[in-house]
Amino acid sequence: MIPVRSRSAAHRGLVAGLAGWLLLSLSAAADAQERPRYGGELVYVVPTEPASYDGHREGTFALIHPLAPIYSTLLRFDPNDRTGTKVVGDLAESWRIAKDGRTYTFKIRRGVKFHDGSDLTAKDVKASYDKIVNPPADVISYRKGQYTAIEAIEAPDPTTVVFRLKWPAASLITALASPFNWIYKADILAKDVHWYETHVMGSGAFVFVEHVRGSHWVGKKNPSYWDKGKPYLDGYRALVVKDGNAQVAAVRAERAHVQFRGFTPAERDSIVQALGPKVTVQESPWDCVLLVGMNHEKKPWDDKRARRALTLALDRYQGSQALSRIAIVKSVGGVQVPGTPYATPPAELEKLAGYSHDIAKSRAEAKRLLKEVGVPEGFSFSLKNRNVPMPYEPVAIWLVDQWRQIGLTARHEFIESTKWEADLIAGNYEVSVDTQCSYAVDPDLDLYKFQSMGISGNNYGRYVDKTLDDLYQKQSRALDAEERKKWVRDFERRLLDEEAHYFYTLQWHRIIPHSAKMRGWTVTPSHFVNNQLDGVWLSE
Amino acid sequence: MTKYIVKRLLLMIPTLLGVAVLIFFLMRIVPGDIVELRFAGESAYAQKENLDKERARLGLDQPVWRQFLSWMGGLARFDLGTSMWTGAPITEEIRLRFALSLQLAIMATIVAILLAIPLGVIAALRQDTWIDYVVRVISIAGLATPSFWLGIVFILGLLIIFKWLPPMVYTPFWVNPVQNLAQLIWPALAVGYRYSAVATRMTRSAMLEVLREDYIRTARAKGLWEKLILSRHALKNAMLPVLTVIALEFAFLIGGLVVTEQVFNLNGLGLLFVEAVGHRDYTLTQALVMLVAFVFIFVNFLVDLAYAWLDPRIRLR
Repeated sequence: MIPVRSRSAAHRGLVAGLAGWLLLSLSAAADAQERPRYGGELVYVVPTEPASYDGHREGTFALIHPLAPIYSTLLRFDPNDRTGTKVVGDLAESWRIAKDGRTYTFKIRRGVKFHDGSDLTAKDVKASYDKIVNPPADVISYRKGQYTAIEAIEAPDPTTVVFRLKWPAASLITALASPFNWIYKADILAKDVHWYETHVMGSGAFVFVEHVRGSHWVGKKNPSYWDKGKPYLDGYRALVVKDGNAQVAAVRAERAHVQFRGFTPAERDSIVQALGPKVTVQESPWDCVLLVGMNHEKKPWDDKRARRALTLALDRYQGSQALSRIAIVKSVGGVQVPGTPYATPPAELEKLAGYSHDIAKSRAEAKRLLKEVGVPEGFSFSLKNRNVPMPYEPVAIWLVDQWRQIGLTARHEFIESTKWEADLIAGNYEVSVDTQCSYAVDPDLDLYKFQSMGISGNNYGRYVDKTLDDLYQKQSRALDAEERKKWVRDFERRLLDEEAHYFYTLQWHRIIPHSAKMRGWTVTPSHFVNNQLDGVWLSE
Repeated sequence: MTKYIVKRLLLMIPTLLGVAVLIFFLMRIVPGDIVELRFAGESAYAQKENLDKERARLGLDQPVWRQFLSWMGGLARFDLGTSMWTGAPITEEIRLRFALSLQLAIMATIVAILLAIPLGVIAALRQDTWIDYVVRVISIAGLATPSFWLGIVFILGLLIIFKWLPPMVYTPFWVNPVQNLAQLIWPALAVGYRYSAVATRMTRSAMLEVLREDYIRTARAKGLWEKLILSRHALKNAMLPVLTVIALEFAFLIGGLVVTEQVFNLNGLGLLFVEAVGHRDYTLTQALVMLVAFVFIFVNFLVDLAYAWLDPRIRLR
């Protein structure tokens, strides 16, 4: 479990002085004792909009937040699990994994209906996964690369789906719980495989009513939902509010119950101060992180000693204390979100370059390495960054200051997001802030990026490291959790310490202040999961 | 007159053509690519085959000259095409936002006119008195205050004092006038005030100039009633430059209220414009530039026609 309560408690102490009200984490326990109330419309804010309605084609939370309530998935992440790693069945009633780890058999619930009244069967699950895993020539499957282990998908009868794999895949269950893998109707896909790009029709707890682009989305209760007694809400309304201040104002003025992505500490404090006991705050380490990428094709970053010096200069623990007051970053972590099953414990993490508590020693080592490489005192380089204020700007300013303390001068270039991305892709940078967000905390998802250029689509460090690729494969195929942990640690050590190809700054921190009336929702480290709203209810 | 109107309408075509050529090539110069933005970027699983498929679907694999011909061909048929980002018809994307932007522009213009003309006239008539000074302070403050800042002040004021926020979803006026005005009156006031500042100063200076004209002195010498002199002779002639300022500001409001739309969460053309550029949505950006260019040209044309009505000395041939 993530030590959310203790972290939240620390934060509560800070905020208490400001407002005196921070009802952290208690809601989950309270919810368990309370009897859900039926009725009401949940109103929430979504900060942006997707390009299409097809979950298989898109990668943004802007699609998940308004449309996840409409759809079912084969598996899902347990809505009450704070780590966001425990997988439970959604359409799958149960499943069985063959001993060799190469055959997964799922039993599909009976009596599930699409919103058009037709039955949902194994045929629909197969058709949906065929579209994701082996899309037709003119169809884009955004996450096709996550399912390369799948050899065949079969539906031998209406309630059985079988996935046959080419090799054992430790993350398959997580990958099948992807919140994007909505189950579509096979007959519709057979007629027009692009239909779901522009239409919405699922089998979830809510039925789609309307989407007015740039304005709002509306869903109403599905009376035929398979999980009898759910959903509790009569419906939901997702308001498109793109400006951060307007999002805060919407929650402050109680025009919206919640914004599910997250607010900054200052925004949380402003809402808590205005609403007092009418607001509940849930917080969690966030499975998003700002990385520092160093272009291995540019000197001196082709030398691992120079790269190590950059990470050694960072006092992450002090940075965590200072930055967590003003930015959405907090935990010091490695390649997995702290507190989740494959995360490296703090004592072991400290052995990696840049994670020691003895910052003076680390910085002395950094200076020695720079001297060894021939990097002169006052060496200047550019640090490219995207012009998104939170948390890119404060973290980059912190980095510039940390590197100044080992005699380096970083010129902060705060550039338009699209240009920044184009520069990263083209390798037109020396050192850059980079980012990584996954829909679930999972080694396959979180480490894929760091494989060699040519394998990973966004390894902007532009390096090739066969050993790292090999470690990735080993952890990915290790079915034993302890064995997998070992490979993940080896991967982490090579990535962050031995080769210092990339390095992590601080884990993002997810802060969700929401109306105290909203119950039955638990924060997780991913803003992509737990948005089906079937268990959410309003107390008033 | 008819000949003049036809001539002016025909002259719009080369202007719009020039804008079309310019925006097409400018968009291709700007770094960044819609396909990489959508399907690479943050996804490590981005596959070249996905990028290639999408480029082919959007026609971006074609040579630039062919893309240009296709765009110009569409324009000639009044077909703006589909948004590269959403795949929705561009006319639909614009239609969704146009009503709000137009209504806001009209409301802000009304606010501006209601403030600017009386204040400008009074300031001119009471030149260098305390009334003039007060009007000048009000108008200079308006010039110095960005409308989005005033908008933020309105929002915070409503939120803190009344614990109330304007509606966050646009309701057309004919569906629910109260809801509609409750949402749009605040941005209209914020934008209208800044807009009025420009017009107030222009009205004041134009009135001062006109009041010194020979024909005003003649009218007074003839013993005409002062109110009649002001309304029929002075104000009408002083309105020429004011009309130009008001018209150009109106055209700007159609697509230029980006930050104000953000602050008030308005689903208008300004935000759509910024998003289209940010997404490198070539087709939508090009269409919006054409729309705004057309609005500017058309409003200018209307102003020129109005000149003839306001000032009989101007003959349109």
